[in-house]
Amino acid sequence: MKKTYKIDVDCANCANKMEEAAKKTAGVADATVNFMALKMIVEFEDGQDPKAVMQEVLKNCKKVEDDCEIFL
Amino acid sequence: MNKKQKKMLVRILAAVALLVLLTVLPVPEGPVQLLLYLLPYLVIGYDILLKAWKGICNRQVFDENFLMAVATVGAMILGDYKEGTAVMLFYQIGELFQSYAVGRSRRNISQLMDIRPDYANIEGENGLERVDPDEVEVGTVIVVQPGEKVPIDGVVMEGKAALNTSALTGESLPRDVKPGDDIISGCINMNGVLKIRTTREFGESTVSKILDLVENSSSKKSQSERFISRFAHYYTPAVCYSALALAVLPPLVMLLLGRAPQWGQWVYRALTFLVISCPCALVISIPLSFFAGIGGASHAGVLVKGSNYLETLAQTRYVVFDKTGTLTRGVFEVVGVHHNQVEEEKLLEYAALAESFSSHPISRSLKEAYGKPLDENRVTDVEEISGNGVTAKVDGVSVAVGNEKLMRRLDVEAIPCHHVGTIVHVAIGGSYAGHVLISDVAKPTSAQAIRELRKAGIRKTVMLTGDTERVARQVAQELGVDEVHSELLPADKVDRIEALLDRKGPKERLAFVGDGINDAPVLSRADIGIAMGALGSDAAIEAADVVLMDDDPMKIVTAIRIARKCMRIVYENIYFAIGIKLVCLALGALGVANMWVAIFADVGVMVLAVLNAIRALIVKKL
Repeated sequence: MKKTYKIDVDCANCANKMEEAAKKTAGVADATVNFMALKMIVEFEDGQDPKAVMQEVLKNCKKVEDDCEIFL
Repeated sequence: MNKKQKKMLVRILAAVALLVLLTVLPVPEGPVQLLLYLLPYLVIGYDILLKAWKGICNRQVFDENFLMAVATVGAMILGDYKEGTAVMLFYQIGELFQSYAVGRSRRNISQLMDIRPDYANIEGENGLERVDPDEVEVGTVIVVQPGEKVPIDGVVMEGKAALNTSALTGESLPRDVKPGDDIISGCINMNGVLKIRTTREFGESTVSKILDLVENSSSKKSQSERFISRFAHYYTPAVCYSALALAVLPPLVMLLLGRAPQWGQWVYRALTFLVISCPCALVISIPLSFFAGIGGASHAGVLVKGSNYLETLAQTRYVVFDKTGTLTRGVFEVVGVHHNQVEEEKLLEYAALAESFSSHPISRSLKEAYGKPLDENRVTDVEEISGNGVTAKVDGVSVAVGNEKLMRRLDVEAIPCHHVGTIVHVAIGGSYAGHVLISDVAKPTSAQAIRELRKAGIRKTVMLTGDTERVARQVAQELGVDEVHSELLPADKVDRIEALLDRKGPKERLAFVGDGINDAPVLSRADIGIAMGALGSDAAIEAADVVLMDDDPMKIVTAIRIARKCMRIVYENIYFAIGIKLVCLALGALGVANMWVAIFADVGVMVLAVLNAIRALIVKKL
């Protein structure tokens, strides 16, 4: 399953950091951050609850870039 | 400016005011001075210190915040209050500038891509009603007024208008539509009122497909970006340890030699070193360059699915074309009437009338060439002779339209044609009247595109086609293509591409350009697949790496030029930023450059690199 989330982040490099962090989160099959559109597209692994996984994604993103936001 | 930026601006102004006050007013030396300077320092830098601390807690130690925090705290401890505060201040000014520039270019790009329609007009009982395009069912009649966007793909029922397609194709010439024409969503109706019967749902319409593509453009990283992430990964820790060594080793050596260690001086140099070394200019400007490059390209009607493709495109040295639909228009047209015994128009009229009941492409092109409405009542006794042609009576006169076999069958002596294409012989009243030459014609800009490609440094252009050798040769010669392979099945095309891939050099890339129909395997086998005329063809959008919105071959040249420009900017930034940093680092270590030079090496380089990156957005004059 794929979902798109709106995000807020200041610099292109921070967006890359968020992408890395999201990719490493358990339950996420793949993630891409589009800095241009300020969107994060997350592909979840089968049988995962997107809501729970996204909480983790947000937590991990906050770790690498304090100044970011994902609008869940 | 958004809220965050405004807040930062206030903080910057406050810190500047406080710093000026402290410089002008007589401040007593000692702890009071430190306390006073801490005021502007904390106003401007509290978030950096906080971020650095959080980074340490989250084991993300070596980032810019950490560098800045260590450098400025160090300067404060050494008693260089003014410098410490100023470093923080300029760093924040640089950040604000960068965030502002990014915001501006993002807005620019989203304006360029602002094709999402907000509503559709449906005729209701009380005149026009505005509804969500998502709710419009296929087959509904919608009304598009002047100045409005066409929300859904469909067919024009009523009205004529000129359409502005520039948001979709980058083409500024308006496109005229009349009843019966297909119309694609995303165009802007410039003058007339149009009634359109929708042929697709909103989600399946062109505009949704394009928005989807732009927003989901897989963020495949280019080599340069990967290089920068790797670089930053090793660089920042390396710099931190070097700074530590610079602070500790020389004084220790001095001590061993029995001289004064001069701790203060060496720590100051180490801090300068840290400030200079901040890799912001690189980590910010490189992704930004690609971001701007892709944005600029979409403005020109070239959709690039990732920054790696921009890089590949810039290295393209071989361009392989599909013929039909790519270099040629893919529709058959009457290109000449020869040996005609009657007037040209008369001949076409008779031929078109005789063929008027046929749905064969040939009959379509005859009708088109004649160009006037046909009165089918004038035609009687139509007989189609499969593989030969048609005989019929037009105004009571017998007319035969077909190939040489038909002429032989009717005992009419046909004059053969030496041109390449499909020859349609016409006999009127039992005697030969001449023949019509029908062939696929090259697009008007194809030859120019090939020439421009060569000028742009493309080493070889190759054309692949399933067509006969004679036709292929003629087109290739007309357009100036270097190499041509004809009579190929789709699988043969892949073989040819593979043979070409083997032949090219290691740093050279091969692009395949097709119209997306039957081309998917070749598009994916080439280093980079370019699909053109994407409006209306979903297969092309899926299979290709680069999508040209309209079917003008000149766009290939534009795409390559945009990619080259973007890559040039990327390399400029890499060399410029690393070069300046290395020089300043050396000067800092030797003690020639002080903290003030360091600030400018950091913030100045970043501002210049960001400005340069934004240049990739400008694609007008390519």
